[in-house]
Amino acid sequence: MGGNKALNFLRKYMMLIATVIVVIAFYFITDGRTLLPINIDSLISQNAYVFVLGTGMLLCILTGGNIDLSVGSVVCLAGSVGAIIMDTVVLGHKIPWPFAVAVMLLMGLLVGIWHGFWIAYIKVPPFIATLVGMLAFRGLANIILKGKDVSIENKAFMNLFGGSDSCYIPDFPTLSKAGNMVKSYTGVYTSNIDEITGLYQQGKLTDAQFAQVKEVLGGLNVVCMAFAIALAVALILYTFINRARLIKKGYKVENIAAVIIKTAIIAVVIIWFGYKLASYKGIPTAFIWIALILALFAYITTKTTLGRNLYAVGGNEKATRLSGIDTRKVMFSAYALMGVLAGFASILVIARGQKAGPTIGTGFEMDAIAACFIGGASAYGGTGSIGGVIIGAALMGIINQGMSIADTPVNYQKVVKGIVLIVAVLFDVLMQMRRKGGKKRAANVEASEKGGAKA
Amino acid sequence: MAKVLLEMNSITKTFPGVKALDNVNLKVEEGEIHALVGENGAGKSTLMNVLSGIYPYGSYTGDIIYDGEVCMFHNIKDSEKKGIVIIHQELALIPYMTIGENMFLGNEQGSKWCIDWNKTYAEADKYLEMVGLTDSSKTLIKDIGTGKQQLVEIAKALAKHAKLLILDEPTSSLNETDSRALLDLMKKLKGEGMTMIIISHKLNEVSYVADKITVVRDGSTIETLDAATDDISETRIIKGMVGREITDRFPKRHDIVLGDVMMEVNDWTVYHPEFSERKVCDNVSINVRAGEVVGIYGLMGAGRTELAMSIFGRSYGIGISGELRLRGEPVTLRSPKAAIDAGLAYVTEDRKGNGLVLSNSILRNTTLANLNGVSSGTFIDKDKEYEVAKEYVEKLRTKTPSVEQLVGNLSGGNQQKVLLAKWMFANPDVLILDEPTRGIDVGAKYEIYCIINDLAKAGKSVIMISSELPEVIGMSDRIYIMNQAKIVGEMNASEATQENIMACIVGVSGDNSADGEGSEA
Repeated sequence: MGGNKALNFLRKYMMLIATVIVVIAFYFITDGRTLLPINIDSLISQNAYVFVLGTGMLLCILTGGNIDLSVGSVVCLAGSVGAIIMDTVVLGHKIPWPFAVAVMLLMGLLVGIWHGFWIAYIKVPPFIATLVGMLAFRGLANIILKGKDVSIENKAFMNLFGGSDSCYIPDFPTLSKAGNMVKSYTGVYTSNIDEITGLYQQGKLTDAQFAQVKEVLGGLNVVCMAFAIALAVALILYTFINRARLIKKGYKVENIAAVIIKTAIIAVVIIWFGYKLASYKGIPTAFIWIALILALFAYITTKTTLGRNLYAVGGNEKATRLSGIDTRKVMFSAYALMGVLAGFASILVIARGQKAGPTIGTGFEMDAIAACFIGGASAYGGTGSIGGVIIGAALMGIINQGMSIADTPVNYQKVVKGIVLIVAVLFDVLMQMRRKGGKKRAANVEASEKGGAKA
Repeated sequence: MAKVLLEMNSITKTFPGVKALDNVNLKVEEGEIHALVGENGAGKSTLMNVLSGIYPYGSYTGDIIYDGEVCMFHNIKDSEKKGIVIIHQELALIPYMTIGENMFLGNEQGSKWCIDWNKTYAEADKYLEMVGLTDSSKTLIKDIGTGKQQLVEIAKALAKHAKLLILDEPTSSLNETDSRALLDLMKKLKGEGMTMIIISHKLNEVSYVADKITVVRDGSTIETLDAATDDISETRIIKGMVGREITDRFPKRHDIVLGDVMMEVNDWTVYHPEFSERKVCDNVSINVRAGEVVGIYGLMGAGRTELAMSIFGRSYGIGISGELRLRGEPVTLRSPKAAIDAGLAYVTEDRKGNGLVLSNSILRNTTLANLNGVSSGTFIDKDKEYEVAKEYVEKLRTKTPSVEQLVGNLSGGNQQKVLLAKWMFANPDVLILDEPTRGIDVGAKYEIYCIINDLAKAGKSVIMISSELPEVIGMSDRIYIMNQAKIVGEMNASEATQENIMACIVGVSGDNSADGEGSEA
């Protein structure tokens, strides 16, 4: 049984272990550059859309291996509309960004409803329905853009959604400390580095004073660090309080040593991660958004009836329907939510890129799909998790970035990504074969029946 | 003494953590029908998988001596080359291909680069004739009934020049007429010198067809009975299978208290969803009281499942007409959800296809039909859900390490219990059980019967659909007999015998064989 246990452990944490190995490997290949604070930061900002789209894609895949090919085009369309709205002048003022954000989300929702309607109620195969969307929405976006880029100048929008240089959670304690220092030297309260430099150039600050202020501003980001520590403490508290509760109720719980090790590792990773971000500019706003989305959907998939129904439909649609669940509604919800998330991703994407353009979002659907499958979602539906999506998206991002830093040509990067995907899926398939052993034939029959039913 | 064709000596096969076969011995003589019987999970199928090379040489210990030589099969092709052909329980035919294409799939006639279709179909027709099938070999598989499909499987095996034919539960999806025809075909093939091994749960069929019966229990061969010299009655076989004599196969109910009529169906007519002119239920009227177990007996294709599913929120059929009354009030149930809300539950005959989500845990399956029972409509109370699942696992004595176990990993009997748990948790007033004991072993059957009795005792109305006569007679208070979409008889259990029930069916139609078959596809 010992061997079996080890195998199960490996199966459960395979991709996590792979991620760690990849991180270490790139650390050495790039002489440590991949783990520089700036690169950790850009890893999040660059891949924010993969996490968001991967989450939506997971919902679709759960319902039976159905994918949404249109998300890249939807990102482009919603992003274009949003950028144009923010660029439009009405009554002498540019239209405010919240309006644009609302429109982008709404467009995503409408697209989701459109797809959901065809797929759930008219029974158009999802592949085809979303292929239509992929073509049509890209075309629409180009029509709206007239083939040109539209740049975004709204600072507030970009700061909030992860574009520009200051799209970070402001570090209030440090800023006020610096501000007070400047005030004590010059009588003017400011923590803006440009203004401080101005004061210095005007000769109101001495060289030493200026250097001091700069040191304070460039120090560790207090808010970020505090946040990471608080999160780690909260995790530890939650783990043990919950465990105590479960024991009290007489449930089976994990071995205490395993729990301690696991929690300790996670806490250390959180603090390390926080430290890295704190050493750069702090918490990117995009990080907050993806954390919120992931937390929300982790909750939806595990603790709500809608989540449960998604898994059930993917596992056995007929049985689910006969259990009194409206499977069409479930399917519809999956695509509608995917649409909203695509709309949201478009906000992050145009903020980050500071523009909308005809080619934005190209290939995003594939990143999202790959993240799900690398994260262990079944191509037949019914299994998969948000945790898997996080690992899948992170692993892809790490590989991308590592190879870029190591100066691997782009085309080679694509080949490597392809190989990673097949290895991830292959491992899963092999493990299942091994686990099932005697049931292999049954699985084959089932698979062929499934194929037959779809044909 | 005839020549020994196959000898399997001290076969042992282990899976991680489990010894599936422990020192199994099997001897099959040429030209005999040898039956393998045993409870689910006893190791019959594993043994046949070893024999046919699905578990390759080296993954087990022991010897297979076939036709005088020791065999080392590495895959199915190896064993087929020797003439050992296995026909699996689930039919492995492709619906949108013709009979001929299916028969020669993987064994195409003609050269490697060019299939000779004329030869294919001529050969196919030849083998079809041998199994007594008159359909053209160019007919699509989806257009013939399951009975005929099973015959095609046999023809396919013959086309591979089988010398030893292994049939794994060949009659599990056939009605009695088709089953009988298949068994007679086996006897005919035996007359022509074919050696066969049949795995079956249906002991009456085994008694009917087998020359020798080997009983497998917990991975070991217990005994081999010879039809010529030993007693091979069902009771005797069961004794070998379970290691004890089951004197009472059906638990008795005491102090039966019948309440008011709970559900009443009047003049219920349903049409087939694809062949819209065909009636699958014709003017059916039935009723069930609180605390009553009503049996519906009928052959497969008689319209029983169609009746049940059409009542259960119109989940089958079109053009449904008739009246449905619950607790005396007429109701219209347009969806399974409406039916569940009205207090109905339908426990399907097809637990893997229509009943359970195999990739989900026991826990999730248990609450699927009544998520509101463990949630506030949107948010699931996981603790409560856990308690519920655990309660039912204990109540129904489902064998599982934990409620987190995936249902797909359970045995048939335990899956059936999870399915029952799911519908019991939905807390219905009327439970329609469609073939509740299909494909599960004798011990588990008894437990399911006890559960049914408990439900009735608790005042639920139970409708039990079954094609096993002893079960219907043993379990029901009242029995409806259904044939060719109509109710053809109704009797109290006390007056029911196998003979008078069959008489009802035969009395209505003499020739249900041809029609009955087509209606199943």
